[in-house]
Amino acid sequence: MSIFADLRLWDIVALSLAVSLSAVALATLAGLPLGAALAVGRFPGRQALIVLLNALMGLPPVVVGLAVYLLLSRAGPLGELGLLFTPWAMVIAQTVLITPIIAALCRQAVEDAWREYEEQLRSLGVHGVRAALTLVWDTRFSLVTAVLAGLGRASAEVGAVMIVGGNIDGVTRVMTTAIALETSKGDLPLALGLGIVLIGVVLALNAAASVVKELAQRRYG
Amino acid sequence: MLPLRLEGIAFKDVIGPLSLDIDAGPSTIILGANGAGKSVLMRLMHGLLAPTTGRVSWNRAGRQAMVFQRPVMLRRSALANVVYALEAAGVAEPEKPAMEALEEVGLAHVARRPARVLSGGEQQRLALARAWALHPDVLFLDEPTASLDPTATREIETVIRAFDAAGTKIVMATHNLGQARRLGDEVIYLHQGRVMERTPAEEFFAKPRTPEAAAFIKGELPWV
Repeated sequence: MSIFADLRLWDIVALSLAVSLSAVALATLAGLPLGAALAVGRFPGRQALIVLLNALMGLPPVVVGLAVYLLLSRAGPLGELGLLFTPWAMVIAQTVLITPIIAALCRQAVEDAWREYEEQLRSLGVHGVRAALTLVWDTRFSLVTAVLAGLGRASAEVGAVMIVGGNIDGVTRVMTTAIALETSKGDLPLALGLGIVLIGVVLALNAAASVVKELAQRRYG
Repeated sequence: MLPLRLEGIAFKDVIGPLSLDIDAGPSTIILGANGAGKSVLMRLMHGLLAPTTGRVSWNRAGRQAMVFQRPVMLRRSALANVVYALEAAGVAEPEKPAMEALEEVGLAHVARRPARVLSGGEQQRLALARAWALHPDVLFLDEPTASLDPTATREIETVIRAFDAAGTKIVMATHNLGQARRLGDEVIYLHQGRVMERTPAEEFFAKPRTPEAAAFIKGELPWV
């Protein structure tokens, strides 16, 4: 299999991982507090926000790509940063895409735990931010699944990174955009090789996370 | 912080309206069948529920704790569960008193074990340790042994007696007559959300004043 010896292929794989893992890190930082606040907070419009957040889980990547493109394009509000067609633009687009996924799944997990813990925590005089932090820590194993769902979405989508990255060889070409390009060029072996690598990477990350989760759950109950 | 004064409180159609004073000193057992409103009354007293009408007031501020039928353990070690309660109460350097509380309930040997893998009886003792560390003026217990076997129940009752000896006011809901007899100084008998009678424990079991209480003691089913 000569295509796996191709150095360009591994550059593409590395860039894909760097972009998607950065997006997951940023989306986790934003999504977990957002989800926890929605789970514990009681304020007018909360239910509407939850519905909106759940709906945003299904955001079409091309629409996110288009919105981020408009933001980052030369005439756009953030055009001066010159980020369009760089890996950063792809990180931003994927972060926007998966923050709702992580936040919505976190909200669900934390709210379920809140139902179990509420009386005990209130009896101990714990509420607000402290209660939210306690719940996030205690649902940490479930939150691994939320983060993995975000990672799966980020590494598999093609529409957003294609639009804001531009699929520039050696700069913004990632696995999914390369697969799309190689398929349309007719280089099916390379496209297939990339596809296998993509699936392998996603599988390996999920397997590792699930082993960690399983071990931790057995240890901490 | 006692007496705790309940003035004309009602909660939906579950409780009252009723008035009660809970005084310092002798342990109070709230006795009644399932559905009599014991748990709701405990939560009204502890402040977890607000009464629909009426007023709940303490003489002055103090510390109170509650132990639930099913203990909620945080996903951390037994010791860390007690430390968490102390930190929430604003206690500085909580490790030492937390360890002492675990020793008090006989759980020092599992201090580092995750709380959620402890047995049901151990978890309930840990819940008591969490309360013990706070040195509460009042301890509310809502059927603390309802899902435990006799051995675990005995261990829990020993700890409850230690609270009583240490000067904590015990207010416990139960439907277990033996337990009420073993731990209670006075009995408040609750029936369909109303206080039927309030009697010293010995007298209550010897000659209850109301037919409902008498039937409950006889093991009959007056609510059917």
